[in-house]
Amino acid sequence: MSLETIRVSPGFENYLPQEYYDLVRDSQFTKPRKVSEMGSFKEVIEEHPMCAGCAMTLFIRTMYVALPSVENTVFIGTAGCGRLVLTQGAAPFIYGNYGDTNAVASGLKRGLGIRFQDTPKDVIVAAGDGGLADIGFSMVMHSWFRKEKFTTVMLDNEVYGNTGGQESGMTQKGMVLKMAPNGKKFEKMDMIGLAKTAGVAYIARVVPTNPARVASAIQKAVLIAREIGPTYVQAYTSCNIEYAIPTPKVMDDAREVEKARYGFQEYFTDEAKEYWTRIESEKRQVKGPATEEE
Amino acid sequence: MAEGLEEEVKTNPQGDVITATAPPPKLEEKKGAAAQRVVDPDYLLLHAPRKKTFITGSEAAKESIRRANVDIAISYPITPQSETMQQVGYLYAEGYLKDYYRGEEEYGVMSAIAGASRSGVRCLSATAGPGLMRGLEVISSWPGGRLPAVLLIMCRVINAPLAIQPDNVELSYMLSTGCILLHAENQQDFYDYPLVGFMVGEKPEVTLPVAVAVDGFFVTHARGWVRLPEADIKLPPRQCYHEAVPMMDNENPPIRISRDAPIQKSNFISYQMHASWQQEIWAAGERSRKWLNRWLGGLIEVVNPTAKTMIVASGAAVSQSREAVRQATEQGADVGLVKIKSIRPFPTEELIEALDHAERIIIPEFNYVGWLAREVRNVIPRTERVVPGGPRVFGGMSMPTELLLEYVLGTGSGRH
Repeated sequence: MSLETIRVSPGFENYLPQEYYDLVRDSQFTKPRKVSEMGSFKEVIEEHPMCAGCAMTLFIRTMYVALPSVENTVFIGTAGCGRLVLTQGAAPFIYGNYGDTNAVASGLKRGLGIRFQDTPKDVIVAAGDGGLADIGFSMVMHSWFRKEKFTTVMLDNEVYGNTGGQESGMTQKGMVLKMAPNGKKFEKMDMIGLAKTAGVAYIARVVPTNPARVASAIQKAVLIAREIGPTYVQAYTSCNIEYAIPTPKVMDDAREVEKARYGFQEYFTDEAKEYWTRIESEKRQVKGPATEEE
Repeated sequence: MAEGLEEEVKTNPQGDVITATAPPPKLEEKKGAAAQRVVDPDYLLLHAPRKKTFITGSEAAKESIRRANVDIAISYPITPQSETMQQVGYLYAEGYLKDYYRGEEEYGVMSAIAGASRSGVRCLSATAGPGLMRGLEVISSWPGGRLPAVLLIMCRVINAPLAIQPDNVELSYMLSTGCILLHAENQQDFYDYPLVGFMVGEKPEVTLPVAVAVDGFFVTHARGWVRLPEADIKLPPRQCYHEAVPMMDNENPPIRISRDAPIQKSNFISYQMHASWQQEIWAAGERSRKWLNRWLGGLIEVVNPTAKTMIVASGAAVSQSREAVRQATEQGADVGLVKIKSIRPFPTEELIEALDHAERIIIPEFNYVGWLAREVRNVIPRTERVVPGGPRVFGGMSMPTELLLEYVLGTGSGRH
């Protein structure tokens, strides 16, 4: 799709909301944006019902800004907090059954590949730790083993936030949460390690303390998925409600967790690295020095 | 190695040669796929000259898919479905399909079909018994997603203890999903119905998935006469932009599409939206009648329409009933038969009319619960005419005509 298709048809000017006009006039639909410009243009997300201070919301806003081609991107999610934002964004979103994201994405991406051979259609799964590591685990792993060309983004708040605070496989061992009345009995699942084992082409572990880095990881993940194979971004997006983090302290918590156990990690397969190096050098030749997001 | 010794050729139990890599597609077959031409569905389904061949149900399904212009097929192996989907794999290798893969299990497979159908391509899957049960959460959501696709169901036992034998109790679970459900009697139907399914399900006023069920082994693994048109014709491709809902391809403005919006808020607008959406799914199923009538020649077929004793059956029970009617007629009995082709939509009006004169109604089934008898009793007047108890066979039992004759002639010790 191009901007042409979102322009307001003559005669409808008085009937569309201001937000829509803003999106058509001054957004990433009109030209690429950087995270450092956030606040100065119309974002893909207008408003959302997330809790005040939610780190996941900041992450998703940043993810939207980083999209290489928002007009050709389709999101897939599952039950959880994340979709409360994703259903409100100006990008198509599929809300299927519980934990089905990576299977739906496999079929969707292949089908779009059949129909649009010249236009890359980016498919992004954005779902929670429960959706991807627990109920959707088998489908996540198999989509990786099959080398399906789409991006999986885990919104890892280490809890079932939307159902009221039960432990997930990604919860830290020992945490006392609902359904873990005596503390969680086993370790946080190593999805990064599993992704490596499955041959995922690009893997990043991020915390939204550094939005430019988040944007960079998302861009790499989407572009590498287009050409090389599956990509995985695991983002710590704390639940300030279930973990009782005071709203003004959400980013303090993120920095602490980042320092203690969620430091930035990035991993490329050889093929992905070679591809990304080529992209980088082509960009430099066109644009000059790398920008903050590159 | 001594000269003259033949290289050992490994074969599987069916005698197919096992090779480490897939054999290259045969040149002539590839030419065949490329040489196919799109024809009007009326021509392919109704008017194209046909030749008789003697093939299994699985092979009949393969010939159906060869002519169905399918874009992508995804499935997970399960007896007795596997053979058909392997055959579809060969069609893919020959270039008849654009994509094909073995999924991780049925939940993943049916979800991938949901994704592929949303992308606008023509989709096929198939499963059986426990596989259908595993995928049912997803299959039940296809109609609400307004996702056209064809699902072949090769019925088998689902209850414990685990068994692979024929039994169609799984279809009772399909009745409430909102999917269109056709029940093939024999190999010929298993060729015809999937083609009809694609065309009906993709109609703008329908836009629904279509399940084509068949009784496993009796049809899938047995040979029967099938009249086939030439292999050089195929159905028109899916016209996804003509359907009831936008594709999830980011090409349908306005951009802010949340086609699968969570209608989960506790307020009356949400209730109303969900209620009206459900009504619309079932209304869309009703609108398929016109096309099913056109391409199936009616939702039912009636043999000996004036007989006082009428058998009502679907699937393989129809074939057994035909033979029972023949033998009973030879013995001077006045017996007729109603074959139900479409379970959803259900031929309510047709049955009321066809059974109006009947004094006794016999409903033989390949399952314990008698779901078809329940369906029939739900819609016809004077239900005391329905002979209790079936007959029903299950768990892999066959349905001998002698059993049917006991019910028809009233000679046996059956519960009638």
